[in-house]
Amino acid sequence: MSLQATTWQTVGPYFRIGLEYLNTTDLAPAGTPGEPVTVEGQILDGNGKPISDALIEIWQANASGEYGGTVDNPVDGAATVFSGFGRVPTDDEGRFSFSTIQPGPVAGPSGAMQSPHLAIRLTMRGLLRGLSTRMYFPAETLNSDPILQLVPEQRRATLIATQKPGTPATLQWNIEMQGERETVFFDC
Amino acid sequence: MNQNPDHDELSIGIAAPVVPNSRPSQVTSYRRPYPGTQPEYLHSPYVSSIERAPKQPLIKLPHTLTEVTGPAFAPALVSPKTADLTRQNGREAIGERITVSGRVLDENGKPVRNTLVEVWQANACGRYLHKRDQHDAPLDPNFTGQGRVMTDDYGAYKFLTIKPGSYPWRNHYNAWRPAHIHFSLLGPAFATRLVTQMYFPGDPLLPFDPIFNCTADDKARNRLISQFDWETVLPEYALAYKFDIILRGSDETPFEVQR
Repeated sequence: MSLQATTWQTVGPYFRIGLEYLNTTDLAPAGTPGEPVTVEGQILDGNGKPISDALIEIWQANASGEYGGTVDNPVDGAATVFSGFGRVPTDDEGRFSFSTIQPGPVAGPSGAMQSPHLAIRLTMRGLLRGLSTRMYFPAETLNSDPILQLVPEQRRATLIATQKPGTPATLQWNIEMQGERETVFFDC
Repeated sequence: MNQNPDHDELSIGIAAPVVPNSRPSQVTSYRRPYPGTQPEYLHSPYVSSIERAPKQPLIKLPHTLTEVTGPAFAPALVSPKTADLTRQNGREAIGERITVSGRVLDENGKPVRNTLVEVWQANACGRYLHKRDQHDAPLDPNFTGQGRVMTDDYGAYKFLTIKPGSYPWRNHYNAWRPAHIHFSLLGPAFATRLVTQMYFPGDPLLPFDPIFNCTADDKARNRLISQFDWETVLPEYALAYKFDIILRGSDETPFEVQR
């Protein structure tokens, strides 16, 4: 038997009503094993204009590279248990920010290890269907990552966060919907 | 019932298995959509898509552990209160009470158990409780438009709510959205994420709505229209609509993903 998956529709401009109770500015409660990191970025449309009604959802492994966990009610935006899941809307300037721990490497296709990364699901008004992308951490293993190998070399940088100058534990990573630095999105 | 005749024959299957970390290269991929059954990113009648749809082709991602795993959700995220949008602060919201119920299944017909279903909607007058909604229609102090439930062992869910109103938007001259309820589901894996909208049968605005009409396949599109359901009407209390939701199903046979 085969059914067809329900068709997507846009999340629209008012998704906060239904979704914001799970907004997560800190995915990793104190004591979570792993290296703490803050990720900051901005989401821009085809005119370079900030998108103030976008939502990113994060899915990541723990520091040992294992997936799995249970999402419970965050308290003031902070997760009370590390689940690997986070939900972060953009603000009026199209910016987002969250803290977490750096994930460990995860097994990939054909046994090749994947470099540490966050899976990102992006939705917003104007997107009729969600988009998938990834944020990679600066690491020496990037060159051997089996998924980055699928991406044309000149576009790979759009998936790799950069160190924020003067702030060691903070990474910057923007999402651009169109243009010369259009973020790589995956057919996932 | 949903238009798909297969729905009547569903048996209760086994929930999607958890992929163990110890077998790294073997993952069960999720199926890709049938052509035309999902919207294209650029749909110019929906003006907001023009500056926001990616222009570069998407890169096909073989499913890895990252895509085939996903979070579980604590039972404490839902309560009888989150399933009843008609009296969230103890006083009754204004409008026509309705129940919305259905089953969440995967493409293989298996119930998707214990999955979170989040909804949000406008009130009976077509106004959202949101600072950016400036439509000149009254807010209802007793209606937030927010709800959530967890599916049961049969993949079934049910809400009690108020039938949402239609409202104008500025996409084009005299644009009005048909009445709808937004649905968000996580499903068993990050790859099964679904956000959609449920519509109502017989809504005269449906043929004019660029969002409803963004999906090429008319059968897929029409499955977004709920069905009036006499069987689950609450006598002398609330009319009832049925809306089944299908999440992506895994390919039945695990295979090794080739680079």
